[in-house]
Amino acid sequence: MQNIANNSRPRGSVWTDPQVRAWAFQIIAVIAVVALGWYLFHNTQSNLAQRGIISGFGFLEQSAGFGISQHLIDYSESDTYGRVFVIGLLNTLLVSVIGIFFATLLGFILGVARLSPNWLISKLATIYIETFRNIPPLLQIFFWYFAVLLPLPGPKQSLSIGDTFFLSNRGLNMPSPSMAEGYWPFIIALVLAVVAVIVLARWARQRFEATGQPFHTVYVSLAILLLVPGLSALVFGDPFHWTVPQLTGFNFRGGWVVIPELMALTLALTIYTAAFIAENVRSGIQAVSHGQTEAARSLGLQPTVTLRKVIVPQALRVIIPPLTSQYLNLAKNSSLAAGIGYPDMVSLFAGTVLNQTGQAIEVVAITMSVYLAISISISMLMNWYNKRIALVER
Amino acid sequence: MQTHTFKPDLPPPPMSVGVLGWLRSNLFSNWFNTLLTLLAAYLVWLIVPPLVQWAFIEADWNGSTRFDCTGEGACWVFIKERFSQFMYGFYPEELRWRVDLTLWLAVIGAAPLFVPMMPRKAIYGLAFLLVYPLLAFWLLHGGFFGLSEVETSQWGGLLLTLVIAAVGITGALPLGILLALGRRSEMPAIRVICVTFIEFWRGVPLITVLFMSSVMLPLFLPEGMHFDKLMRALIGVILFQSAYIAEVVRGGLQAIPKGQYEAAAAMGLGYWRMMGLVILPQALKLVIPGIVNTFIALFKDTSLVIIIGLFDLLNSIKQATTDPVWLGMATEGYVFAALVFWIFCFGMSRYSMHLERKLDTGHKR
Repeated sequence: MQNIANNSRPRGSVWTDPQVRAWAFQIIAVIAVVALGWYLFHNTQSNLAQRGIISGFGFLEQSAGFGISQHLIDYSESDTYGRVFVIGLLNTLLVSVIGIFFATLLGFILGVARLSPNWLISKLATIYIETFRNIPPLLQIFFWYFAVLLPLPGPKQSLSIGDTFFLSNRGLNMPSPSMAEGYWPFIIALVLAVVAVIVLARWARQRFEATGQPFHTVYVSLAILLLVPGLSALVFGDPFHWTVPQLTGFNFRGGWVVIPELMALTLALTIYTAAFIAENVRSGIQAVSHGQTEAARSLGLQPTVTLRKVIVPQALRVIIPPLTSQYLNLAKNSSLAAGIGYPDMVSLFAGTVLNQTGQAIEVVAITMSVYLAISISISMLMNWYNKRIALVER
Repeated sequence: MQTHTFKPDLPPPPMSVGVLGWLRSNLFSNWFNTLLTLLAAYLVWLIVPPLVQWAFIEADWNGSTRFDCTGEGACWVFIKERFSQFMYGFYPEELRWRVDLTLWLAVIGAAPLFVPMMPRKAIYGLAFLLVYPLLAFWLLHGGFFGLSEVETSQWGGLLLTLVIAAVGITGALPLGILLALGRRSEMPAIRVICVTFIEFWRGVPLITVLFMSSVMLPLFLPEGMHFDKLMRALIGVILFQSAYIAEVVRGGLQAIPKGQYEAAAAMGLGYWRMMGLVILPQALKLVIPGIVNTFIALFKDTSLVIIIGLFDLLNSIKQATTDPVWLGMATEGYVFAALVFWIFCFGMSRYSMHLERKLDTGHKR
């Protein structure tokens, strides 16, 4: 009898062997990619030589020589392009963090409002979501900047709230704190209060697991957090001096100022992203089956407890992954700052610095790698969190 | 014998039916709800009447110059005067019939695709996709077969927005499908190349891609080869968007059960015929809503070409508002732009929802 299985190599040419073909195909693909890369590199080299551009990162050491309207660290015109890069990065991170915070807050409120049994509230939330997620974010930024904030009156006729906050076409001026005599006691009291709350929460959980007796952790923690630093402020004096902005000449002195570019960007990004987050929240809550609510009620849980212990933990599992991509989108959309000249990464570095130095490849490569790094770190962080809260099937 | 006759049902309590009942259960079911309703009503009262006042009652509709805007409200004269510029950009006025014809051809040509009963829809669709772009390019750009040439730098307004969106999606779709197949491939080298490509483009914002295509692409190309601005933007948009399409299509590929692959292989189909005849038709059908959503995102993203100095709808309006003759019309301009974008995006999102319902058959119990 003939053993067919023994004849492992199929008859016919080598080229019909799937393994050989796979190898050949991959080798061709790699060669093609390398060749394309080499071709582009070669072209770039000759183009750069022709235009007399010297590549390299030496330009980061040169002095920039232009002013920047908002810098979180000290900056003067004689500082280097490297420092300009850091300022741009910090400004991008600033607007991303503020945007993510407010968009999450507004998004969760809207998502819950859309599911509200109250007809008016749910319709209003729907109208909000359908309006703002269908308008390009850049257009919203332009609207807030060119149509709302810039036409505001100048500093002399600025709109004031209680003579401490001033809104004008130069931005929002507000009081800034500085250290006073009670500063260090206040900080120490705050740290002590936080430590006490952590210890208390741990103790309460251990007691709950051992005996089943609940403890009002939330209220007691709030009381500790408010009372201990408050007492310190009473005993040792105010922790902060508040510098209220004063109108001198044509502008305000003292206090903090939020420039209109930052305001427009934050407003637009918050409003736009909140509409998407609201939809994620809604679908997350709807994904929790009604049986869960019924089961919780039949166990005799209060509605608030059902919400906190049954629905929200399960909804969060569905909400977190799309929420991550919304955060990423917001961080990437913050680059639209270039449209109104907010000094972020893109408009400062890929705009002004590129124009001044002409180092296109280096500048664009640095900008892109920063965004890649931000994207990867946000998604890694969120994946870790997602893994922690994911359903463990037994 | 006494028969028991039921008494007629009592009417429901008046407070639980009709308008009153609806109000009670939907707006005033408890004190918290009542409070919310009152707050929301106050909010509506704060926003809606002034808005209507501004946009309609006190607005100016007639006239041709700035001085015809005498009312307190919006000055729609501005939009009316600049309307054709917002639609066509700097496209020569006597040649605008070509743009209109292109649009009508698209509408008429695509209409049969939306008729459910149409036979041989796939073949017709493919033929349309092959023929129409050439025809549209000839009509819009011209330069041969008797039509005079219109440089792409003269294109603008809504026309440019639609061109970028349409070319972007038709270019990104095939590339995205190939990338998705590559990512699911069993060959490690192919997979690594595709994953790197996809993750790179998904990790960077479109603005930096446009910056790259406008300042770096000329450096990459050999001497003498030159792309105009629109072409460079289109290349950037296609590469960027194909990565997103690839991820959407990958979702569809993952949803196809393994049995389908095995069955196709058992029929003796090779890789490309297996994908083309068995897997992709099912996978693409699953992800049509996702593709439409990607398209909506692309449509909104077209506004970013303002950064590299192309005059799309948004940029045309922005330029018009800085015209010294029409200063102070920023609000009207941006509200109009928002309305146009909103109509397109909302329409498409409704269509995608409709598709989702229509295609979601047989899987739900």
